[in-house]
Amino acid sequence: MDPMSLVTPAIGLMFWTCIIFILLVLVLKKFAWKPILSAVDQRNESISNSLLAAEKARDEIASLTANNEQIIAQAKMDRDALLKEARDMKNEIISHAKDTASKEADKIITSAKEQISNEKMKALTELKNQVAAISIEMAEKVLGSELSNVDAQKDLVSQALKEKI
Amino acid sequence: MNNFSLRLLVSFLIILFFPNISFSEETTSKDDSELYNPVPAIMHHISDSHEWHLLGEGDASVTIPLPVILITEGNLDVFMSSAFNHGHTDVVKGDRVYSMDSHGHIHEKNHLSILDLSITKNVASMFLALIVMLFLFIISANKSKKNTGAPSGILSFIEPLVLFVRDDIVKPNLGHNYKKFLPYLLTLFFFILVNNLLGLLPGAANVTGNIAVTLVLSFITLIVTNFSANKSYWGHIFKPPGVPLALMPIMIPIELVGVFTKPFALMIRLFANISAGHIIILSLISLIFMAQSGLGTAGAFGLSPVSVLFVLFMYFIEILVAFLQAYIFTLLTSLFIGLATTEAH
Repeated sequence: MDPMSLVTPAIGLMFWTCIIFILLVLVLKKFAWKPILSAVDQRNESISNSLLAAEKARDEIASLTANNEQIIAQAKMDRDALLKEARDMKNEIISHAKDTASKEADKIITSAKEQISNEKMKALTELKNQVAAISIEMAEKVLGSELSNVDAQKDLVSQALKEKI
Repeated sequence: MNNFSLRLLVSFLIILFFPNISFSEETTSKDDSELYNPVPAIMHHISDSHEWHLLGEGDASVTIPLPVILITEGNLDVFMSSAFNHGHTDVVKGDRVYSMDSHGHIHEKNHLSILDLSITKNVASMFLALIVMLFLFIISANKSKKNTGAPSGILSFIEPLVLFVRDDIVKPNLGHNYKKFLPYLLTLFFFILVNNLLGLLPGAANVTGNIAVTLVLSFITLIVTNFSANKSYWGHIFKPPGVPLALMPIMIPIELVGVFTKPFALMIRLFANISAGHIIILSLISLIFMAQSGLGTAGAFGLSPVSVLFVLFMYFIEILVAFLQAYIFTLLTSLFIGLATTEAH
């Protein structure tokens, strides 16, 4: 067999190869490559979109968690502040009450002392008045009895004069 | 490339020297023993023919007849190749008498010029490849249209290949305007791949190992490359930058030849690789028959396990080569287009 026949292209085969290949390019371009590649592109897009959405959701959850922690911390702080305020208020109330009580007591004591001294003065005055009255009475009684006697009156006057001179 | 050149050498050795050896043996040692000559069978298997040979030898062979389409001086003659009766009968159509010689070529008795557009074995095999490809890819496309999730079924096999061609062959070489050439390059890749793989089936045709097929494919590469070429590509050919004026008469023809050598290398590479693969497998199988004719039946039995193991090994290599050659042809074509369309730098 002639070896050159292997490297001699046959016209008919070239013709049919052309037709088949060009037909394949045209048909596959429209009915195969376009749908397959567009489906792949679509899928790639949806995958990247989903990944983005997942990332976003994860970020949101993270921020939510952070928010929750912040809220809890805030609540703790508020509670502490409230407790502190309450304690302070209690202390204040107690001290205020103590103050008021001692002041009231002082006032009562003072007024009691005043009253006592007033009463004492009153009693003293009365005593004095009574002593004076009694003395006058006694003096009247004494004088009454003494002045009935003329000598005694004379003695008294003289004595008084002596004392004066 | 080493593997390629080695196999090219082997194939040429077989093609060129075996006929001489067998001729000399036919003349000198015809009487003592007739050593089996594998060359006719191998050449028959890797050549195109007007009928699809399944089994048997000579007149007893079982073949599928294929349509013969001839245009002889303006007359269209169509008949089945079985009408030749393996070359024994002439076919008469009007005033035209066709005969088939022992190589399977059709001649006209009155030496009229024939345009042979027959559906040969290779054309039939290519139509089979066309059907296989349309079936595979249109099913895949329908699947991809329906299904928005992960690819399933046949699509999960097709899609990674399509994406491999797009992302690893076409995009790196063509850059941003790859979309224009993608359908052509995808079809080219799968056309070569499917024909390579179909050629490996027992009894199949040697489509991509036929120079006419690779010629057409590389010619399309030539056309696409040069018709999409921009100013800087032609500038590099007709006014190579940085070359002294005195060298222009040498450089311009070299550059012009370069335009044709690139697709020419594509044509030879695919043809030689696939043909060589077929020749090696057929030669290894022929070893059994050569052993039988030389050493007798015992020798054939002894040699056949070795031969079968080698053939099995070669088959795996051929599957690899089927993918590799489709990859290389597509890669180089996109590289050439990329070089022709790249912006001046």
